[in-house]
Amino acid sequence: MTSASPVRDLGLRLLRNRSFAVGGGLIFAVLLIALTADWLAPFDPLRNAFRMRLQPPGAAHWFGTDHYGRDILSRVMYGTRISLLIGGLVVVVTGALGTVIGAVAGFYSRLDAPIMRLMDATMAFPSIVLAMIVSAVLGASVVNVVVALSIATIPHTARIVRASVLVAREHDYVEAARALGAGDLRILFRHVLINCLGPLIVRLTYVFAIAILAEATLSFVGAGPPPPAPSLGSIIAQGRDFMREAAWITIFPGLTILVCVLGLNLLGDGLRDVLDPRSRS
Amino acid sequence: MATLEIDALEVRIGAAGLKVLEDVTLRVEPGEVLGIVGESGSGKSMLALAIMELLPGVARYAGGTLRWDGEDMIAAGPDAWRKRRGRDLAMIFQEPMTALNPVHRVGRQVEEVLVRRRGMSRDAARREAQALFQRVEIPRAAAMLDAYPHEMSGGMRQRVMIAMALATHARLLIADEPTTALDVTVQSQILGLLRDLRRDTGMSMLFITHDLGVIAEMADRVAVLYAGRVAETAPVREIFDSARHPYTRALLSAIPKTSGPRERLASIPGSVPALDAFPTGCRFAPRCAMRRDACDARAPRLRDATAGHAVACIEPFGYVSDEDGP
Repeated sequence: MTSASPVRDLGLRLLRNRSFAVGGGLIFAVLLIALTADWLAPFDPLRNAFRMRLQPPGAAHWFGTDHYGRDILSRVMYGTRISLLIGGLVVVVTGALGTVIGAVAGFYSRLDAPIMRLMDATMAFPSIVLAMIVSAVLGASVVNVVVALSIATIPHTARIVRASVLVAREHDYVEAARALGAGDLRILFRHVLINCLGPLIVRLTYVFAIAILAEATLSFVGAGPPPPAPSLGSIIAQGRDFMREAAWITIFPGLTILVCVLGLNLLGDGLRDVLDPRSRS
Repeated sequence: MATLEIDALEVRIGAAGLKVLEDVTLRVEPGEVLGIVGESGSGKSMLALAIMELLPGVARYAGGTLRWDGEDMIAAGPDAWRKRRGRDLAMIFQEPMTALNPVHRVGRQVEEVLVRRRGMSRDAARREAQALFQRVEIPRAAAMLDAYPHEMSGGMRQRVMIAMALATHARLLIADEPTTALDVTVQSQILGLLRDLRRDTGMSMLFITHDLGVIAEMADRVAVLYAGRVAETAPVREIFDSARHPYTRALLSAIPKTSGPRERLASIPGSVPALDAFPTGCRFAPRCAMRRDACDARAPRLRDATAGHAVACIEPFGYVSDEDGP
C-alpha cells in the first residue's frame, strides 16, 4: 500500500501523454545530435571550400553548402548545440532568479508591490527589443545573449511563481508547520516552493523555446553570438543574401528551429496537462 | 505558576479595528485541560491562533497580556514566540486531511520535527518516529512511516498530527476541534488517545470544540466563549450542574436527549451577531431570555459567583452591575 510513490505515478502518466511523448522524443533526438556533433558531423563547420560553393543538397552534402562552401548539415549540428546551450542557460538563470524573485514577492506581502511593479515595468517592453538593447549595450557574446534573454523572460516567470506561492502558502499544512516552529525559509522551501514546481517546470519549457527563437532573432539582426561560431540564427542571416539561388542555406536551420520549438511546446503542453489537475480529463 | 495566563486580551481585525476577542481572561495550569466552547463565530479559533501567534494578516493584538511561564509574549515579540512553537507549544488542527504536506512521506514530517526541535540525529529520529507512531496506535507503524498522507484515512492522519505534536515534548497542546472532521467512532478513539497521552505526559491542553459532549469527556475546566468574550468559566462539573450564564444554560438545553419523551429540540433564537454589529451592552442580550434594560448599558465583567466559577452576567447577581456593587 505504501509502495506507490507519486514520482513513479507521475512518470507513468507522463509517458501515456501523447504530446509529452512526441515532444520529448523530438527534443531528445535534437539534443542527442547536438551533443554528438563532433562525431556525427561529416565536415568541419568552419572550413571553407570555395570550389564547393553553393552546392544544392545532394549525396555529399545532405543540406547543401553555403557561399564559402561550408557544409550546412555540419553547421546546423553545431549551431543547434549553441542554440540549445543558450536556451539551457537561459532556463537555468531564469528558473533560479525568477523563482527567488517570485517567491519573495509572494511570501513577503510588504515586498510584493515594489517587486511586481518593477517586473511589470520590464514586461512593458517587448522582450525581443529589450534583449536587443541589452545585447547591443553589453556587446555580442554567448554570455551577454543569455543575460539579455534572461532579463526578458524573468518577469513572466516571477509572476507565475508568485501566483503559485500565494496559493501554496495558504495551505493548512503551512500553518501546521508554523505551529511546530518552522521558520520562514524552511516553510518557503520545504512546504511552499515544492508545491509550485508544476507551473514552474511548464513555464521553463516555454522559456527554453522562447530563448531558442529569440536567440535566432538576435543572431539574424546581428546582436547574437559573434561569427564564425555558427548559431541557427546566424546561419539563416548569412543565407539571406542567397535566398533565390540557394534557399537551402536558410531552410534547413529554419526547420531545425521549428523542430526544437515545436518539440518544446509539445513537451510543455504534455507536462501542463499532467501536472495541472484542473486540466486533467 | 500557571503555564499560560491570558489577561484582558483584545484582538482586532481589519482597518476598521473590529474586535474579534475582547477582555479575554484565562489561565491554563500545568497538566490541566481547559475546554473552550462556543458557537461558530464566537472567536474560539481566533483565540487558539492568538495563543500561537499565528493570527491571520488582518488581525492584530490590540491590548491585554499573554504570559507563558510568566513571560509576556506579546511584548517579547515574534522571535520569542517562534522559539516556543514546536517546543513548549504545539497545535493540532481541525482538518487532518489538509494539515500534512502531500508531497512528503509522513514519517519524514515527524522526523523533521525531532531533528529540528529536539536536535536528534536522522537515525535516532527515525526510531523515535516509529515509537511515536506506536504510541499513537498507528498499526504497522514501521511501514506507515513511508506512507504519503493521501494513503491514510482521516483518523490515521490525525494520529500523525498528534505524533508530531508529541514529538515536540510540548507542555501545552492546543487542539482546535481535533475530532470535528472525523467519524464518531474514530472521534472517540482519538479522544481516548488524547486522554491517555495527557495522563502519561502531564501536558496541559487547550481543547477547543463546539461539542459539549466532547468537553464533558475531556476538560477539567471550561470557558464558554460568546462573540469574542468569555461568558462563563468554571470546573467542568459545575458547568453541567449549575451553569450561571443564560447563554451556557441555553447551550446545555440545546443538547439533544436520547432518553425520556421526545420533545422539540431546544435552540437559541437568533445567531451570533456579526463583528460589526456587536451590541454596546451585553453581547448576548438580544438573544437572552433574561434580558433587562440594565443589560444594554454596558458589557458585564467576568466576576466570581463562587470560588473558581466566574460569570459575565448580572442576572446571577440580582441584576446589580459590578459598578453599583460595594
